[in-house]
Amino acid sequence: MVNFPRKGVEGSTETMLLNVGPQHPSTHGVLHMMCEISGETIVSAKPVIGYLHRGIEKLAESRTWQQDIVLTDRLDYVAQFSNEWAYCRAVERLAGIEVPERAEWLRTLLVEMNRITSHLIWYAGVTMDIGALGTPFIYAWVARERIFDFYEAVTGARVMPNWMRLGGVHTDIDSAMLKEMRDFLERDFPVEVDEYEALLVGNEIVQSRMKGIGVFSAEQLVEWGVTGPALRASGSERDLRKDVPYGVYDRLDFRVCTDDVGDSLARCRVRLAEIRESARMCVQIIDGMPGGDVRAKVSRALKPPVGDVCVRTESPRGELGVLVASDGTTKPLRFRVRSPIFYNLSAMPHMLPNHLLADMLVIFGGIDTSMGEIDR
Amino acid sequence: MSAAMWIHALLWLVGLLLLIAVVTVMGVWWERKFIGHLQRRRGPLHHGFHGLLQLPADMVKMISKEDIVPDSADPWLFQIGPLMVVVPAIAAMAALMFAPGFGLLDMNHGLFYIFAFQTLLPLGFAVIGWSCASKFTLIGALRAAAQLISYEIPMLLAALGVVVAAGSMRLTDIINAQAGVWYIFKEPLGFAIFGIAVLAEMNRTPFDLPEAESELVAGYQTEYSGMKFGFVQLAEYSVLFTGSYLVSALFLGGWNMPFLPASPLWLLLKIVACMTMTMWFRGTFPRLRVDSLMSLSWKWLLPIALVNIMAVAALALALPGIY
Repeated sequence: MVNFPRKGVEGSTETMLLNVGPQHPSTHGVLHMMCEISGETIVSAKPVIGYLHRGIEKLAESRTWQQDIVLTDRLDYVAQFSNEWAYCRAVERLAGIEVPERAEWLRTLLVEMNRITSHLIWYAGVTMDIGALGTPFIYAWVARERIFDFYEAVTGARVMPNWMRLGGVHTDIDSAMLKEMRDFLERDFPVEVDEYEALLVGNEIVQSRMKGIGVFSAEQLVEWGVTGPALRASGSERDLRKDVPYGVYDRLDFRVCTDDVGDSLARCRVRLAEIRESARMCVQIIDGMPGGDVRAKVSRALKPPVGDVCVRTESPRGELGVLVASDGTTKPLRFRVRSPIFYNLSAMPHMLPNHLLADMLVIFGGIDTSMGEIDR
Repeated sequence: MSAAMWIHALLWLVGLLLLIAVVTVMGVWWERKFIGHLQRRRGPLHHGFHGLLQLPADMVKMISKEDIVPDSADPWLFQIGPLMVVVPAIAAMAALMFAPGFGLLDMNHGLFYIFAFQTLLPLGFAVIGWSCASKFTLIGALRAAAQLISYEIPMLLAALGVVVAAGSMRLTDIINAQAGVWYIFKEPLGFAIFGIAVLAEMNRTPFDLPEAESELVAGYQTEYSGMKFGFVQLAEYSVLFTGSYLVSALFLGGWNMPFLPASPLWLLLKIVACMTMTMWFRGTFPRLRVDSLMSLSWKWLLPIALVNIMAVAALALALPGIY
């Protein structure tokens, strides 16, 4: 017979432990969430991670500096170019490699396009989580698929591009392809995004699900270590692309998308605004693209001087930090990733209590998890 | 009973069961196809003409699957559970009338009979959810019971408005009373309430909380597989069919059609249209949250339904010829 524990005084109730995941439709990978629930209200929540651990940081120590780029694709598999760039920047700074001007522009272009596709996946996931049976999900795939076609044409791969190299990028993008990208991002893409925005933010039920759910102040979020769009939705202006410009961000005209409300709907608005802003930036990059080389000469047996370097970049999910340490050999001594989602997810025990079970998915969607980067 | 009556009943039983099978199979196919096209894709395409054979294949798969009973499940309740939803769902269909005099049982209280059997459904869902000893099914079952019970009341009150206007609970009388003007035009408020409440009774989006996929995996039916799962699906599509029938019969004129002779064809068309509407909702709307679901029923639908039935009764007294 079924016996749920129920003891104590008559009329009192006990909480129940609900294991959401690791095999659950909406944990976006293999996250295990131990929720203590009372009725449908979450009393406490504890994320359990590690189901997707592949030992990438350790693996990197047994491969050469160039060979490690392929591993960085597998960190956050929805924001591949951001990871590659963070790693390449760290190693380039360590080894003192000059990157050609055109390569910097190309990298920024692809990373901004990557921000779009990453946010589109967030959009697809969050709409699915609140119960819209895949219609917005597949709509988001339309624009994503167009951009993935560009990835494929440029890098030869859709998901794991392995396109950046130490000292530049692997392949150049010709002007015809750039024009095609520009046409898409300037003409077709904003129309698509209008539709996405209407489907999500314009929907009455979505508003009732998200408005006022999971309201956090910027101070709270900073204390918990949350970065990225989730933090900017609470009014913070923190964006490394503006604060510590890298690549060609200092030469682009863009604004940091923020919102003052700090609830789940605000986080949606910020991400949708970032999609538009990134598309605008891509157009600017294509217009301002200089000519020249795309790859500096770098020895295959690269031996960076002894020391360590840490760089910070703004990945679609927040502040992505990479530390590389060299002992003067062809292999890194240490490769360490500061994953934004790991810190965002660590805030879950603070964020979830007193919310309903259904709100958990909305708040999850607000921080946009990607388990590949957390577990590494 | 005479032999003719037995044969009549037997033929109708076989016919109704066939109807349910066809409704389930074609309903699933049409749902996948329709939502596919809503989503800029094509849905099933490869087996047979536009994927028509996909569903027989799915049925064969479902029947031939291993019958899995979880270790910790209550074996008896686990077996009985699907029957407890499928039997009332099918029994309710016995009272459906498809044309004057064309149906299994033309009961004086046909509407009452249908509602009575639909009221049994939450019990079945609760048994299903409880017997599995899984927390997801338990939450799903409690949600189903709470939702079905709270939406039954506005649904019944809205249907009572029609009964007051028609002066009968017999479906034939109700539909014949709409030979002139359909009740959707006489009682638009009642139609709105009934439509929303029926949607919730059928567990359809945006009220699909009991099986909320992203929250509860599959709600009360999480642990079911094979033909037991098939039975639950069968019950759901039967309820969908009955609900669409009720909307068509009570508010959309049943077999009547303006300027055209009455025919069961119109009724079937209206049922298909209603079912398609629910699929359209499913492809468009996200899901409500538990608390807003409850407040919608108790704070909005119920008071409005009470006002509606008062207004209809007053109008029926004041304007006996028109209402």
